[in-house]
Amino acid sequence: MSDAAIAAGVSASRTSVLRGRALMVVLTAIALVVLPLLPGFESDFARSLLTQMAIAAVFALSFNLLFGNTGLLSFGHAVYFGLGAYAAIHCMRAINHGLPLPIVLVPLAGAIGGLLSGIVFGALTTRRAGTIFALISLGVGELVYAAAFILPGLFGGEEGISASRTKAVIDLGFPLASQLHVYYVVIAWAIIAAMLLHAFIRTPVGRMCHAVRDNPERAEFVGYSAQRVRFISFAVAGLVAGIAGGLHAINYEIVAADAVGAQRSGTVLIMTYIGGIGHFSGPVLGAIVITWLQSSLSAYTAAWQLYLGLFFMLMIVYAPAGLSGLLLRHRRIAHGGALARVLGSYVVAAVPIVIAMAGAVLLIEMSYRLATQPELGTRMRLLGMSLDAASTWPWVLAVCSLAGGLALLRMTLPLVRVAWQRALQAP
Amino acid sequence: MLELATVSLLNGIVYGLLLFMLSSGLTLIFSMMGVLNFAHASFFMLGAYFSYQLGRWIGFWPALVIAPVLCALVGAAIERYGLRRVHASGHVAEILFTFGLAYVIEELVTMAWGRNAVSNDVPTAIDFALFHVFGSTFPAYKGLMMAISVAMFGALYLGLKRTRIGLVIQAALTHPKMVSALGHDVPAMFVLVFAIGSGLAGLAGVIGGFMLLTQPTLAHSIGPIVFVVVVVGGLGSLSGAFIASLLIGLLQTFAVAIDYSLLDVMRSAGMVVTRASPMYELLAVKVATVAPVVPYLLLVLMLIVRPRGLLGTRDV
Repeated sequence: MSDAAIAAGVSASRTSVLRGRALMVVLTAIALVVLPLLPGFESDFARSLLTQMAIAAVFALSFNLLFGNTGLLSFGHAVYFGLGAYAAIHCMRAINHGLPLPIVLVPLAGAIGGLLSGIVFGALTTRRAGTIFALISLGVGELVYAAAFILPGLFGGEEGISASRTKAVIDLGFPLASQLHVYYVVIAWAIIAAMLLHAFIRTPVGRMCHAVRDNPERAEFVGYSAQRVRFISFAVAGLVAGIAGGLHAINYEIVAADAVGAQRSGTVLIMTYIGGIGHFSGPVLGAIVITWLQSSLSAYTAAWQLYLGLFFMLMIVYAPAGLSGLLLRHRRIAHGGALARVLGSYVVAAVPIVIAMAGAVLLIEMSYRLATQPELGTRMRLLGMSLDAASTWPWVLAVCSLAGGLALLRMTLPLVRVAWQRALQAP
Repeated sequence: MLELATVSLLNGIVYGLLLFMLSSGLTLIFSMMGVLNFAHASFFMLGAYFSYQLGRWIGFWPALVIAPVLCALVGAAIERYGLRRVHASGHVAEILFTFGLAYVIEELVTMAWGRNAVSNDVPTAIDFALFHVFGSTFPAYKGLMMAISVAMFGALYLGLKRTRIGLVIQAALTHPKMVSALGHDVPAMFVLVFAIGSGLAGLAGVIGGFMLLTQPTLAHSIGPIVFVVVVVGGLGSLSGAFIASLLIGLLQTFAVAIDYSLLDVMRSAGMVVTRASPMYELLAVKVATVAPVVPYLLLVLMLIVRPRGLLGTRDV
């Protein structure tokens, strides 16, 4: 084969890959456009939840550019989200006062705000990676959060700064009056941001991010400055976080100091990790699952943060590749009857897990009720049972169920292990 | 002026020594195990709650001993059954694990003692005036805290630099295989180090609990400052942490006492500054308002001027 033929072959396979990706984007976009129109999603609550998921997904994707791709663990990523959100809300106020721009372009202001703050703080903090970077990002986060209260004119302090998304000179025939419209704007920007990130990872700089993450010394020897690569990655992550912040500003029409706070930084870290940092779509998955958990669990129990924290710790210990990693593992054995056998072993193992979890939930819920909501009394309904937290037997039941479940689990886990071994050995 | 300076100096030293009590355990764990324990302030909080509870049951003096021991046991269990499992996945996994742990401990404390602050008052045994300065009294519990903090520094310093076990533990960080080949049980040493670090945090919590509000958000409110101390002092340096603690304590206490802004300085220098001037809001901020940010400003400044920290041996 001549060089020209090889080149033609390579470019042909590239075109087909690109065509496949373009098809993916189009299909995803269509699905996302149709989704809020499906039955069950007509309420503003459901649409608002979808909007929140999309915003969280953009933020988590931006976080994963730092964490998963560049190896920078940040405890203050909300800074760039929040500063982007503040830039956006100030832009919205200007539009309210007659600036001739459509509201749909407000996330652009967020992107600029996120990028600028990313450049300023990135220049300071990307000198080293690893533990030190994590510490410094935490310090910067606290600094900006405290500054938000010291400079109330710019940040609005506790109450925050509000603006209207409907009051604009130019509305392009698309007034953001309903939650559905907001959803569409957010989705459009989310797709743009995701494509931007996906493309960035495939540029030479994006590839060097991986090299700098895995072996900075070697990257330096190849001729790249590890610090500059980290800095560029940091700035791009700031930009995308700023877009997410801008979408937050449009969705809530208010930005307060909590937008830059440690809570938000921690949540995006948990989302990204639980979703899985090894795959591009992992953070999206994490954002969807955690946002849904936050809204549904918090309706049922006051202890939802405890459940979330325990879930996070279990994932770190037992599934460091995250949910997307777990899914990928199962896709690999999705041939013959292997997957069915593995799933069958899960059903057996699930029984003791459910028993143990029921015990743990009983313990946690009763303790929470006694400690934090004594005004509601000790009688409560849990897991379909009516019980009195002041009497002894529910506690005995809970402890027995937890301990018994765990003991049974030790007996059933070998089944899962054997099923996996067989699945991996199967041709 | 002299009065203000003396009182601020004293308060600054007290606050600085409290910060050192907190950061000593963190520095110990970091320099020996390479683990940045995000849940360190949570052990501080556990110490405060344990001593509150034990103090009600059996009195303050036994609680002063038992509460830190309980914290050390909790720390040992967490190292043995949690941290050790993620050790193979690297330092980032360890940091994340302790980060999750901080969340969980905060919620568990809420579960046990409720969301509001408990009335963790200074026990009568140490609640008397040690001496008087300019009409204000200096309570004995602050004196006790200072003594414990300084003793902690001395014991840790000597223990690490001058005892056999200290040297072996230091060697285990960089050459774990060699140390275990020489017949030392490295995993057991890590459990010991983590337990001592957690116990020190617990001891700090017993005393520090009186000076701060004992509530579930305690760990979160004090945690970040401790990390600043560790970075400013130089990662893993005990003496550095000691100096940085005092520095931050003094800076913050003096900042609180200064009720002037840049604007006042400029005006007294004869400059005309009005609301329309650029950066007016920034200039009008009083130094006292900035006090909570001082540690973080110091952190950023340190990164620019001397990235290795005060006594650090390598650039961060």
